[in-house]
Amino acid sequence: MSTPIELPKWADVSLVPILAVIVAFLVAGLVVLGIGENPVKATVLLIQGALGSGEGIGYTLYYATNFIFTGLAVAIAFHAGLFNIGGEGQATMGGLGAALICLNLDFLPWYIVLPLAILGAMALGALWAFIPGYLQVKRGSHVVITTIMFNFLAATLVVYLLVNVIGKPGSMSPETRVFAASAHLPYLHEALAYFGLKIPKSPLNLSFVLALLASAFVWITVWHTKLGYAIRTVGHSPTAATYAGISIGRITLISMAMSGALAGMLAVNEILGVQTRLLLEFSSGYGFIGIAVALMGRAHPVGIVLASILFGMLYQGGTELSFEMPRVTRDMIVAISGLVILFAGALDGLIRRPVAGVFARFLKSGA
Amino acid sequence: MSGMEIYATLIAILESGLRLCVPLVFACLAGLWSERSGVVDIGLEGKMLVAAFASAAAAGATNSAVIGLGAGIIASIGFALIHGFAAISQRGNQIVSGVAINMLAAGLTALVGNAWYNQGGRTPPLEGNARFQPLTWPGAETIDQIPIIGPIYAHLLSGHSALAYCALVATFLSAFILRRTRFGLRIRAVGENPAAVDTAGVSVVRLRYSAVIIAGILCGFAGSYLALGQAAGFLTNMTAGKGFIALAALIFAKWRAWPALWACFLFGLLDAVAIRLQGVMVPGIGQIPVQAIQALPYLMTVILLAGFIGKAIPPKASGLPYVKER
Repeated sequence: MSTPIELPKWADVSLVPILAVIVAFLVAGLVVLGIGENPVKATVLLIQGALGSGEGIGYTLYYATNFIFTGLAVAIAFHAGLFNIGGEGQATMGGLGAALICLNLDFLPWYIVLPLAILGAMALGALWAFIPGYLQVKRGSHVVITTIMFNFLAATLVVYLLVNVIGKPGSMSPETRVFAASAHLPYLHEALAYFGLKIPKSPLNLSFVLALLASAFVWITVWHTKLGYAIRTVGHSPTAATYAGISIGRITLISMAMSGALAGMLAVNEILGVQTRLLLEFSSGYGFIGIAVALMGRAHPVGIVLASILFGMLYQGGTELSFEMPRVTRDMIVAISGLVILFAGALDGLIRRPVAGVFARFLKSGA
Repeated sequence: MSGMEIYATLIAILESGLRLCVPLVFACLAGLWSERSGVVDIGLEGKMLVAAFASAAAAGATNSAVIGLGAGIIASIGFALIHGFAAISQRGNQIVSGVAINMLAAGLTALVGNAWYNQGGRTPPLEGNARFQPLTWPGAETIDQIPIIGPIYAHLLSGHSALAYCALVATFLSAFILRRTRFGLRIRAVGENPAAVDTAGVSVVRLRYSAVIIAGILCGFAGSYLALGQAAGFLTNMTAGKGFIALAALIFAKWRAWPALWACFLFGLLDAVAIRLQGVMVPGIGQIPVQAIQALPYLMTVILLAGFIGKAIPPKASGLPYVKER
C-alpha cells in the first residue's frame, strides 16, 4: 500500500473526484432519509431550484462566484504545498479593504473607486495570508495553525472597527453606511441591459466575470510561467526545489499572498457587488467550503469552476429546497461539504484504491 | 467601590473563569492525547459539537444527565474514529480530515436538531436531573459569611458541576499516564519517532487509535459540559470556536497536561473579564474594547508559535502518517 497508486491521468482528474462526490451525496441521501424525507424528491427539488428558472441560474452563478474565489485561493496554496485554512479571515479582511477605500473615496467616479476598492480587497486579503506565510518562513510557525488564529483575529478586528470606528453612527447593527452608487459593482442584468440584453434579475454581478478571469490567471500562472513552475516544484519536492536554486521562502510568501488576494476577492462579490456596505460575517463559511471546492476540482481552475457551480447549485437549490421541505435546512450544504472534503480529501485512498484495482485488472486482461 | 466590593467582583470573575475553562480543559487534553501520539486534531470543535448535541438529545429523552454524558461520549468517539480511520488507516491528510469533521458536525447537528425538535436547531430546554447541577459543598452557605476565605470556599471550590471536578481529575490522570506509565510513554514515543516504536515490536496503529479514542472521550466530556452543565440544552454552533481556543491553549501549554490546565484557565479568565467589561468604564482608561481581550488568546498563540516568547515545539511526528518500511 505504500507504493503510489497508479491511475491514468484522466481517471485521476475526473473519475476519482466524481466518485468521491457521488459517495458523499449517497451518504447525504441517507441523512435525508434518516430525518424522514425522500432524498430523490429532495434532489429533484434542489435541481429545479438551482436551474429551473433564469433567476435560479443567476443565484447559482452568484454563489458559484464566491466558491471560485475561495477554491482558487486554497488551490494555489496547495500547489506550493501549503494549506491555507485562513480563507474566512482573508475574505473578512478583503471586505475591510474594500470598505476602507469606498468609505473614503466613493465621491470619485466609478472607474477610479471600483478598481481601487478591488485592489484594496486583494491587498488586505493578501496581507492576512502573507503574515502567516512570513511567520512560517522566518519564525518556523506552521501556516495551518497561524491561519486558523488569523481567522479569529480578523473577525474580532472587524467587529471592533464596525462597532467603534467605521460603523454607521446611530445604527444598532454593526455595519457601515451604504457606499455611494459609484462604488457599486453593477449587477449582470444591469450591465447586459446597457447592451440591450435582458436577463432575469439576480445578485449575479460582474464579479463572476472577474472570477473567470482569476481562474484563467491562476491557470496561466501555475502551468505556464516560470513562477508557476517554481511553485509546483516547491509543492512537489522542497528538496528538489532547493537543489534547483528555487528559494522556498520566497515561493511560500508569494503563494500565500496570491492565495490571500484571491480569498479577499470574495468581498468583491459580496461587499461591492451585493451588500454595498461592510457588515459582519459576510464570508459565512465560504472560505471553508473553498477547501471542498479545491479538493473536488483537483486544484485545477477548470475543476474548481465546475465544482463551484455544483456548490452554487447546492446553495441556491438548497435554499429553495428548505422552503419546500422545511426539515431539510441549508445546514445540509455544510454537512455535504464536510462529506466532500472527507471523501475527496482525507479518505481519497478509499476511492482511489478500488479504482486503481479495477484499472489494473483491465490492463492485465487487455494484454 | 469599596475594598469588599472589589474583592467580591474578583471572586465573581474567578468563578466565571473557572466555569468557562472547563470545556476548554477537556478539549485541550483531548488535543494533547491525539497530538502526543502523532495525530494532529483540528477537529476538536466538531467532536465537542456532536457530543453537545447527542448529550442534550439523550438527556432530554431519558431525563438523565449521566446517560446524556454517555451518549455524548459515544457520538464523539464515533467522529474520533472517522478521523482516526482517515489519519491512521488511510494515511490521509489530517488537517483535511479535521476540517471535514468540523463541517460535518456543524451541518449535521443543526440539520438533525431542526428536523427532530423543530426549534430552529436547538433542543428543548433541559432541567432537573437532565442537567449536571452545581454541587454545593457542606456548609458552603454558612462559610460564605466568613470574610475573605468564605467566598473562596463557597464560590471557587464549591458550587461547580460534577464535570468541572472531572476536568481536574482528567488533567491529573493525563499528566500521570503520559509521564509515568508504560502506555503513556509509548504514546509519546509514537508521536516522536513511530519507526522506533514499531521496531520495538509495539503496534503504532493500535497506540494511535487508542489515543484518538481517548481524545474522543475527552471531547465527549467537553461537549456534554456545554450542553448539560453550562447551558440547558443544545444550541446551533454552541461551541463557537472553543475547540480552536483549546488548540491554542495546547500550543500555549507546549503539549503538556498541567500547563494545559493553566492555559485554559487563563483563556477562561480572559473570557470572563471580557464579559464583565462589556460596556464598563474603567477609571483612568475609559472603555476597554471587549474585542481586544477576546483576541488575546489567538494573538498570544501566534506570538508564542513564532517564538517571540519562548518556543512551542510540537511532537516531532505529529501530522505525519506512519508508513512501515518494507
